Amino acid sequence: MKVIIIDYGLSNLLSVKRAVEYCGFDAEISYDPEVIGNAECLILPGVGAFSKGMEQLKSLGLDTLIREHVDAGKPFLGICLGMQMMFSSSEEGGIHAGLDIIPGTVEKIPDITTDGEPLRVPHVSWQKVSFDRYPDHPLFSGIESGSEFYFVHSYEGKPSDTKMLLASCVYGGRDVTAIVSNAKGNAIGCQFHPEKSGHAGLALLKNFLTRNTA
Amino acid sequence: MPKIRLISRLDVKDENLVKGIQLEGLRKLGNPNLYAKDYYEDGIDEILYLDIVASLYNRNNLSDIVERTTENVFIPITVAGGIRSLDNVHKILQTGADKVAINTAAIKRPEIITEVAEAYGSQCMVLSIEAKKTPGGNYECYYDNGREHSGFDAIEWAKRGEELGAGEILLTSVDRDGLMRGMDQDIIRQICSEVRIPVICAGGADSAEEIAKAAFNGASAVAIGALLHYKKKTVHELKEELTALGVEVRR
Repeated sequence: MKVIIIDYGLSNLLSVKRAVEYCGFDAEISYDPEVIGNAECLILPGVGAFSKGMEQLKSLGLDTLIREHVDAGKPFLGICLGMQMMFSSSEEGGIHAGLDIIPGTVEKIPDITTDGEPLRVPHVSWQKVSFDRYPDHPLFSGIESGSEFYFVHSYEGKPSDTKMLLASCVYGGRDVTAIVSNAKGNAIGCQFHPEKSGHAGLALLKNFLTRNTA
Repeated sequence: MPKIRLISRLDVKDENLVKGIQLEGLRKLGNPNLYAKDYYEDGIDEILYLDIVASLYNRNNLSDIVERTTENVFIPITVAGGIRSLDNVHKILQTGADKVAINTAAIKRPEIITEVAEAYGSQCMVLSIEAKKTPGGNYECYYDNGREHSGFDAIEWAKRGEELGAGEILLTSVDRDGLMRGMDQDIIRQICSEVRIPVICAGGADSAEEIAKAAFNGASAVAIGALLHYKKKTVHELKEELTALGVEVRR
């Protein structure tokens, strides 16, 4: 299976490519609608602002292609901003529509803890992710629940159907969405960066990729 | 319980890892890629590459080193030194870096902070502050790797950087760099209490005790150079000791 990493001008794509290759799969970085439309597996990485990300996807005509890919049941992974763009909308810099793969909204992380203490935002941290909601999910195979992953974000996705919330971490006393999945299970979104999360991140990425080749 | 990230700070000059004292008097240590790989395997949380002569020559030479790093190191990479335009940022991110730390260019033209944050997100824009204590007890920002003084007050500049859109601050105490005589906890405490964004503290991290103090003073991360390079401690040992001191670290 060849993995197509979507290039829409906004992220560190080389690390994602290297991580996919490290897991034993071929990867190609592309913004070509032809390549993306015919892909077996898509990864949508991304950092930066939500509105700019969506704008770029639309201007390249990729938003529709991504939705078609997901509707066809083919594997899709969104990372960080790529995960946030899977939601219906975001409140970052005004309300902006997303890809609507995961019904729900993307909201600002409060800069105060549940105890009323000041909380640093952006949330930049290695955070323990609990797999307790779906301990037997194939995505978590061989990885200990509570393993740490690298998060860097100021906004977080809130799925309206909590069944779509696969895993979360805790920041400032609150649960923060870490992994989401659509109902079919072919589209996964990670708020953290699996390609930057050491061995645990690579294991999770490998589980995502191998699950879809079995 | 405070939590801290441990960052390996790798100062690079002409393809070589070097280490100085108070940012001067450099000693050549070897291939930075090998050091990065070793620290990654031993559990370091991030890598920070600094091209220490880049500002002098108006260029950053780290692209090849960063690109090689991404082959076998899967943690965040920050690049600093000589980054002065959006084009520079774009190029360095394409080689696999996640963040850029900017000092000189931000002092000369503060708007670059906002431009980078808007183009690549604030998480990508680290404001690097090289602070030296003045005889009056204040802290002044230096640039060109500690050679030139700006007249900027470090605390005011940190606050302004946050307002302009920086996502993190890299605070280096020039006075303590490379001396292995402890960190300047005073400036760490002051800046960490004045900003809400994460602060990475550097300069004088010579023991787990000093790193723990920085954590209790509000630091989100500590950048470590000499302590690791001269093999006084391994990353693993530091993490064990920090845990014993009541500081949470990635296991």
